[in-house]
This record gives sequence, C-alpha cells and structure tokens, in this order.
Amino acid sequence: MSKKDATKKTFDNILLTLEETQEKVGYLPAEFMVELADSLDVPVSDVYGVASFYSFLATRPPGRNVIRICKSLPCHLKDGQTIIDTIEKEIGVKPGRTTPDGRFSFELTNCIGLCDGAPAMLINHNVHVDLTPGKIASILDKYK
Amino acid sequence: MPQAKIVLKNCGIIDPKDINTYRTKDGFKALDKARGMTAAGVINEIKTSGLRGRGGAGFPCGVKWEGARNSPGDEKYVICNADEGEVGTFKDRYIIQNDPFSLVEGLAIAGYTVGARQGYIYLRAEYSYLLGLLRGAIDQAQEAGYLDGFNIAIRLGAGAYICGEESALMESIEGKRGESRYRPPFPTVAGLWQKPTTINNVETLMNVAQIVLNGGGWYAQMGTERSKGTKVFSVSGDVARPGVYEMVLGSPLRELVEGLAGAKDIKMIQIGGATGRIIPYDMIDTPLAFESYLGAGAITVYNKSRDVLDIVGRTMEFLAEESCGKCTPCRQGMEWMVEVLGRFHRGEGLARDIGYMEVLADTMALSSLCGLGQAAPFAVVDTLKYFRSDYEKGISGK
Ligand SMILES: Cc1cc2nc3c(=O)[nH]c(=O)nc-3n(C[C@H](O)[C@H](O)[C@H](O)COP(=O)(O)O)c2cc1C
Ligand code: FES
Repeated sequence: MSKKDATKKTFDNILLTLEETQEKVGYLPAEFMVELADSLDVPVSDVYGVASFYSFLATRPPGRNVIRICKSLPCHLKDGQTIIDTIEKEIGVKPGRTTPDGRFSFELTNCIGLCDGAPAMLINHNVHVDLTPGKIASILDKYK
Repeated sequence: MPQAKIVLKNCGIIDPKDINTYRTKDGFKALDKARGMTAAGVINEIKTSGLRGRGGAGFPCGVKWEGARNSPGDEKYVICNADEGEVGTFKDRYIIQNDPFSLVEGLAIAGYTVGARQGYIYLRAEYSYLLGLLRGAIDQAQEAGYLDGFNIAIRLGAGAYICGEESALMESIEGKRGESRYRPPFPTVAGLWQKPTTINNVETLMNVAQIVLNGGGWYAQMGTERSKGTKVFSVSGDVARPGVYEMVLGSPLRELVEGLAGAKDIKMIQIGGATGRIIPYDMIDTPLAFESYLGAGAITVYNKSRDVLDIVGRTMEFLAEESCGKCTPCRQGMEWMVEVLGRFHRGEGLARDIGYMEVLADTMALSSLCGLGQAAPFAVVDTLKYFRSDYEKGISGK
C-alpha cells in the first residue's frame, strides 16, 4: 500500500487493522480486539462484528497451513467430494477442524475462481487445480 | 466473426510483469490521449461506444462516469471491483494474471474523467496470489510517470461474496462489515466515505483504453442494439474445454458452449452463477446479450446425468451462506428455500410448498435490499418453469 494511502482515513479502519494483525500474528486474539476497541472508543462488538463477518479472519489460532477446498457447483461436478474425502482421510480430521499437531486447518469454501481447473483448492496462498485423489498425498507432503 | 479480442487482446502476448512489453502494444497511449481531451469528451466517447457494466448489472458506463463527474465535491473516488465471487466466474482472475496494465490504464482514465485523485482496486482474498503482479503493474506505471496526480491502492477482501456488491464493497473498504446500503443515495452521489464514487468491474475497465484509442463509434459497430462490443465468458461444468472465451455480443450461446467448449448431452445451462438464470437445452440458440441475460458471464453447463433439485439446492445453500443478513426477506427467505428444497430432494416435499416457493420468490425479488436477495430466487423460479416435473417427483408419497 502506498504512503499516501496510509495517511488517508485508515487510522480507524477496523478491517485493515484486523487484516494486518492476522498477517503478523496468524489470528485475532481476544485481548487484541478489546484493546483495539478501547483505542477507537467503540464497543468491542463493533470490532468482533467485523472479525466474525469475514471468513478469512480467524478468532482462534489456525493450523500452520490452511487448506481451503472449493465445494461450489463447478468443482462439485468434477467430483470435488471425492477430493474432500481423500483429504479428510489423509489428515485425519473433518472439514472445519485443525489437526491435533497444528499442521493443517481444513476448510470448505465457496467458489475460489479456479473453476477452469476444477476441482480446485488453495493451501495458504498457493493454488492447486485439476485435483485427483492420487495427487493429494504428494501435495500435502510439501506443507510441513 | 463470433470470437474477437478486445479485452483479452494482450493476454498471452505481453509479459504481465514488464511494462515495456505493454508499451509496445500501444500501452498508455489511450491515457495520454484521454488527458488531452476534456472529461466531457471522454464521457462522450464512452457513451457513444454503448459500453455497459460487465460485473452483472449492465449499467451504462458513460452515464455512471458522467454522474460522478457532475456531482459536487472536490474529493471523489474510482473503484475497480475485482472481488469476482460469483460461482463459476474466473475471467477477472485470468485478465489480471495476463494483462494487469490495461486494467491500471483503464482505472487511471476513469480517475481523470471523473476527477478522482484516488483509486482503489478491491481484490478478493482468494486471489491474494495476484497481489504481487497487480502491485508490480501499479508501481511500474507510477515510476514511468503515467500515474502523476493519481494514486491507486489495492484493498484485499477477507472472504465474503457479498463484498462484490458495490455498496457492501464500499463499506468493506471503509473497514466495516460488508453489509449492503439502502439506496438512494447512489454511489455516484454519495459512495465511498459518502463522496461521489464510480465502481466498475475489471472487464469493464479493460474496454476503456480501446474505446478511447479507437473511438466509441468503432466499438459500437460490434454487438446488438443494446449490447455493444464483446463479453468475456467463464465456461465450466460439463464441458470438454472449460476456460475463458471472448465473444462478440449477440453470438449464439450454442457456439460458445457446444462449439468452443465442446459440451455434449446438455440438460441445462446456468448463466451468471448462483444469482443467474437457468435455461433448458432447447433454448441454446439464445443470443449472448443483455437483451436475454448475461450476468457477469459465468456459464455453467449441466449434462443429462445431473439432478436439477441437487443443483438448485446447492445454489440456494451458497446464497444462504453468503447473505449479509441485514434484510429479512433475503436472510429468512433463503433459509426457508434451502429447507424446503432439501425436502423435495429427499422426496418429502409437500405439494402446497411449490406455490409457497413461488410467492416467496416474488417477495424476495421485490423487497430485498440488494441484488443478492433480489436475484436469489432465479434458480428456483426458472427450474419451476422448465423442470417442474422434477419438483413434482419430489412430493412425498409420489
Ligand atoms: C451479490 C452481488 C455480488 C456482486 N459481485 C460482484 C463482483 O464480484 N464483481 C463485480 O464486478 N460486480 C459484482 N456485483 C455487481 C456490483 O454491485 C456492481 O454492479 C458492479 O461492480 C458495477 O460495475 P460495472 O458497472 O462495471 O459492472 C455484485 C452484485 C451483487 C448484487
Ligand atoms: S467452483 Fe470451485 S473454483 Fe469455482
């Protein structure tokens, strides 16, 4: 973000502040949200309301790697469910969960704009497309 | 000639990381030319071109720009909507991956024309891997002096489909929950931070440089009466060759879906994703134009093996999840639709619920706050019209 923008009406921008904190800390600790609300002189619910609205903002610590696999129709038509099942078997937890060793969080997501490569998923900021059950183990292997 | 390249003209030709390759393809000539014209002159060319918004609503671009230009105030904003959350849409991703420079140029022309010193690109969080490319294009344009007096900032979304809706998007840039606003006032009068604002889809802005360079009259030669130029389609689902295709508006859907994408045994086609329309195969000769229906150009193809109620049910589940929850008809209506569709899908439907669904669809379309709730019942309405027997089979005891 450019310098000009940083000085412009961003000092009280709750979403931006939350995004920056998550980038640094990995999630949004409750104490941080309380402090932010205090410093802006707004109710904590204003801050939590923003944090809970956006699916990419986490109020609990996620795994070291976040798997976001698409469950929307174009991926579903290409057997996306089989890929979801394969990942579940591979990492041993259901969607919505984090593995006990903290290595993976596993989330189902709506269309991620990769339908030309369906079924598709994101791991952290990386794209994985044209998935088949056979590919899953070696993809996951890259994330420690 | 059904296929044509205006928006995608540089894709695969230039190096998206190198402004010099863009320069050799007339890059930034349109911006120079526009700055030599009056704002009214640029608006006139855009109006003459007939360019309509490519993000779904099809609003005339020139009229929008003129509105913001003429609104009183020194502080104005231009926004590029790169939230692309509609199910089955990926053309904006493809465009940014291949030609971020035309987008930057288009936005800079918008800024000049509207009288904005600040522009924003709102990029969905799911596309965070495009940040480097997009920032690189902005920085190179700035270093080359093309953006003097105009600043472009990228704002990253955080995973919310509704933030593609223009007023929710503005709330999100302001740092709040992405809830739609009541209108009027419209954004051209009171948009971002209540200042006059234009918001355009990525693809809309991709057309701007070409129109300024070649003239609105040139652009208006392509297309139909009310749909000028080309449209970029994202084709997916039961097709042999999913991908991005640019077609002259008015081309037959059949050519895109069967000819280019290689679909076979088609049962139905969803045009415009979850908030789009569903048509049966026998309407495949429909022209691709605003006169019929375009949305943002998502074309999802379903073959004969697919279950209509499963598809409609999943469509509604998506919208129920993504409703911002601010207005009752959308929030509650969607929940009820999902529940009832589930019952029909399991063969436990009640005959009278078909009538109730039709009444509820009308209510949602008429009384929802924004386009999400207003368009949400389309999938139900269309399949009740074309595939009613599938619902009847889902009635309990049948
Ligand atoms: C629920 C909903 C989601 C939308 N999502 C997008 C989107 O992701 N990208 C987009 O350009 N327009 C989206 N729109 C349309 C925008 O509200 C707006 O009309 C558009 O950005 C205007 O630009 P245009 O005139 O260039 O099309 C959405 C609308 C609704 C109702
Ligand atoms: S439906 Fe899975 S990426 Fe679009």
